[in-house]
Amino acid sequence: MISNGEAGLCELDKKILNAVQKDFPLTSHPFKEMAKQVGLNEEQFILRVKYLKGKGFIRRLGGVFDSKKLGFISTLVALRVSPEKLEQVAERVSLLPGVTHNYQREHYFNLWFTLVIPTPSKLEETLQAVQKYEGVEKLLNLPAQKLFKIGVNFKI
Amino acid sequence: MLSPQEKKIISLLQRDIPLTPQPYADLASELELEEEFVLAKLKEFKERGILRRIGAVLYHQRAGYEANSMCAWQVPAVRVDEVGKIMATFPQASHVYERPTYDDWPYNLFTMIHGRNREECEAVASEISGKTGIDDYIFLYSTREFKKASMDYFPRE
Repeated sequence: MISNGEAGLCELDKKILNAVQKDFPLTSHPFKEMAKQVGLNEEQFILRVKYLKGKGFIRRLGGVFDSKKLGFISTLVALRVSPEKLEQVAERVSLLPGVTHNYQREHYFNLWFTLVIPTPSKLEETLQAVQKYEGVEKLLNLPAQKLFKIGVNFKI
Repeated sequence: MLSPQEKKIISLLQRDIPLTPQPYADLASELELEEEFVLAKLKEFKERGILRRIGAVLYHQRAGYEANSMCAWQVPAVRVDEVGKIMATFPQASHVYERPTYDDWPYNLFTMIHGRNREECEAVASEISGKTGIDDYIFLYSTREFKKASMDYFPRE
């Protein structure tokens, strides 16, 4: 895999990436304030953010919500899938509503996904359905019981 | 409870906010609302704890954080709080969660460890291990990403 790594980023870009990860001001001209912090004007800042987004350094600029506070429940699910069925199961899982992350991992439990869903009964229903997918040998439901730290900003 | 209007605002904010001088005004006009109203709503969402932040989510790989490793730790039940708090102090660790155990799954604390490569992640884990005394842990390296998306809470029908 080719990676730009940090090599593709100049000091200014790094400052901008650090700035946009912070909470945007809830004011009429949020980018103007952020631009000031990195020594640009509003227009220059917006242009550069567009560039960084176009280059794929920024995945999304928007709201990050607390799913629990929105009334949703979430969980992490680990599956043991027979290796020859893994891809097929993974594709079915990805299509389920509420699946946000779905990864093959190097472990006996080889497919891990996160599920955000409106009600406990929907969750139960989904897990039971997944358990019946051809190739699924075991399923672990691993909801977070206690959060010690949630997100993190990346010092670029 | 959320009103239909609040759900619409949340739904819009889950997409990209416009890269324009007055993004909140542009969002507001999409919903035929006033900028001031939307800004007040967002402040209210923050106070209610619904909105964590408005900001950028990066592609860490592109920004140099190549390895993004899930690490699971087997911590004695009586030490979970203490150890979880220590793990949370590491800047390279995010998503420090306690999760249930099963007969075939003894690991109860999870961390995401961020580094430029596996070696860096492993060095961080061994530092965490040194500081907490927990030496039973495994890395769950991802070898293939099948999906990574933001949750769409209130999709428009």
